[in-house]
Amino acid sequence: MFYREAGDFKKTYVEDSQTFPLKLDRYGFYLLMAVAFGVIPFFINDYWANAILIPFLVWSIAALGLNILGGYCGQISLGSGGFMAVGAYTAYKLMTSFPDLNMFVIVLLSGGVTAMVGLIFGLPSLRIKGFYLAVATLAAQFFLVWMFNKFGWFYNYSASGQITAPAREVFGFEVTGATASAAAKYLFCLVLVVGLAWLARNLTRGRIGRSWMAVRDMDIAAEIIGVNPFKTKLLAFAVSSFFIGVSGSLFFSVYLGAIEVGEAFGIQKSFLLLFMIIIGGLGTIFGSFIGAAFLVLMPVLLKNIMVNQLSFPIDIAAHMEFVLIGLFIMVTLILEPRGIAQLWRFAKAKLRLWPFPH
Amino acid sequence: MLDQFLYGIEAAMNGLMTGIMYSLVALGFVLIFKASGVFNYAQGVMALFGAMTLVSIQKGQIPFYHLINATFGTDIKYFGWEVPALLAILLTVCVMILFAWLVERLLLKFLINQDPVILFMATIGLAYFMEGFGDLMWGSDLKVIDMAMPALGIPGLPQGGSLFIENATSGLGTDRFFGFFIDKLDITAAIIATMLVVVLTVFSQYSKTGRALRAVADDHQAAMSVGISLRTIWVIVWSIAGVVALVAGIMWGAKSGVQFSLSLITLKALPVLMLGGFTSIPGAIIGGMIIGVGEKVFEFIVSSSWFGDAMGFTMNATENWFAYVLALIFLVFRPQGLFGEKIIERV
Repeated sequence: MFYREAGDFKKTYVEDSQTFPLKLDRYGFYLLMAVAFGVIPFFINDYWANAILIPFLVWSIAALGLNILGGYCGQISLGSGGFMAVGAYTAYKLMTSFPDLNMFVIVLLSGGVTAMVGLIFGLPSLRIKGFYLAVATLAAQFFLVWMFNKFGWFYNYSASGQITAPAREVFGFEVTGATASAAAKYLFCLVLVVGLAWLARNLTRGRIGRSWMAVRDMDIAAEIIGVNPFKTKLLAFAVSSFFIGVSGSLFFSVYLGAIEVGEAFGIQKSFLLLFMIIIGGLGTIFGSFIGAAFLVLMPVLLKNIMVNQLSFPIDIAAHMEFVLIGLFIMVTLILEPRGIAQLWRFAKAKLRLWPFPH
Repeated sequence: MLDQFLYGIEAAMNGLMTGIMYSLVALGFVLIFKASGVFNYAQGVMALFGAMTLVSIQKGQIPFYHLINATFGTDIKYFGWEVPALLAILLTVCVMILFAWLVERLLLKFLINQDPVILFMATIGLAYFMEGFGDLMWGSDLKVIDMAMPALGIPGLPQGGSLFIENATSGLGTDRFFGFFIDKLDITAAIIATMLVVVLTVFSQYSKTGRALRAVADDHQAAMSVGISLRTIWVIVWSIAGVVALVAGIMWGAKSGVQFSLSLITLKALPVLMLGGFTSIPGAIIGGMIIGVGEKVFEFIVSSSWFGDAMGFTMNATENWFAYVLALIFLVFRPQGLFGEKIIERV
């Protein structure tokens, strides 16, 4: 009844092509932003920040990145863990070498370095396609993780091989290190998420995004109509790696603070990220967020229910978690292979007709 | 220098044997990929699950004992009998067939005609599920494989180095060279893998079911139109892959113990597949050999002292990634792998 275009007149082309053409959607989005920026920072505590909100924000960036590559450009990558490690280690080297640098600069530079690395590992995508490419990107995963473990320069020759984020500031507020406040960390991540989501949304609906989708749907046909597959695929790899690199640097510096590369950026992380975009919805911005939210929340929820409520022993709960996550993935794929974003789309279509469906 | 060279050859031979062990896992992949186009990530977990089931049946362990104990406050673990190895193998094969049937019934049936990547994700989900399920069912402790079959006069899987080869080759080098050390278990595995390939090839060439399998691999729709039931074929293929996984699980389990890390051999089989081509059985074997030899020789070279003298640094633990990089470089020149079918693309 309220959720429709009627009465909402668009007077300019800009208004006509906005992201949220429906009034209700638009107001909902403004409300969400107002709550995220104006309300949550005042009520956030360490548990909520560290267990739920910050991992959600960090993983959303990574999911956006992988979705650009996998969902929009159709190149499945299993090397995301390795690229996140590149972001994390670049951030570490920058933080320790240039203590006065603003964290925003550090994080964006880490993304830039990761984009370069992504370009190199994206080169084979011109020859290798489909599953062969997915397996080939595992080379990035294993090689990069091995490299960060092997050469002491990357972790400043620390005895444990771990890297630990020193305390760094943004405009006078500490955002990394042990003493940083939950609200500052949260806001720092949130600003980056909003900025990058805006970037992703506008990249994917413009000329570049269309060329990505053309290559995804059939690269030979795209080549024939004048899309250069070489540039398009490499650009997708670079942009995607940039996002994943930013996410990796936040994962290390803001979220965990100290990491060991094999454990933090192992192959499991690559799979987790792939699950996020597939369960959320390939080729949708909204899907990246919902997928990240789901896979961050589910383990927390399961653990809470099984260990705290049903008081299972911890090892059984851990095995159960595997079983349930596996089951959940299979059931989601059977019920809606195009992800939760598709359900959301159906719901919106229904809502437009409500309450007179005929 | 001669000794160094001989040690290099020894590394290569060991690599060859390990490579054949990789092929054992890769075989299961190829079978399923050919017949159903499913890239089955769960193959490694199937090997783990098979080996776990085998050992636990042998020991007469009660399924889900851990869960039962936690729920009812009891303290049970064993039925109190031991099952002979041969019977346990038969029972485990039955379990794997049941598993194949369930996978078809509950999972694949609903995913016909989906994008390959969706099917791939579904098998990753399956892998997660089985990993947790196997641990819940049989416990996550380290298990030891014992294949002694007194009735057949088999004392169990051979262990240790082959003295025969060691003695035969000890005279080759200087006094400090003691001959090639090659694990007897690896040799056994190589022989079994070869036998498996021969049996599978004969089966798919000469039996009626085998021909149906090849027809399905060629073209799903054409196979269905001549009256081959796709779903039955899938159950058969998954069962065969389950049995191959069981063999791989026994061999790898005997080598490194039956435990969680066994499921990671999937990651070793993937580059083998890429190199050999996803659709070729001989490709899986030859790819395995190339990868096995390549990674051992590379590791031998880059960790040796003369490499360190020449380059100023040495590397180790390169086995983690070398196979992938090798396969990657190889694929750039031949995108369908060694024996894969030529990829023809049309608009």
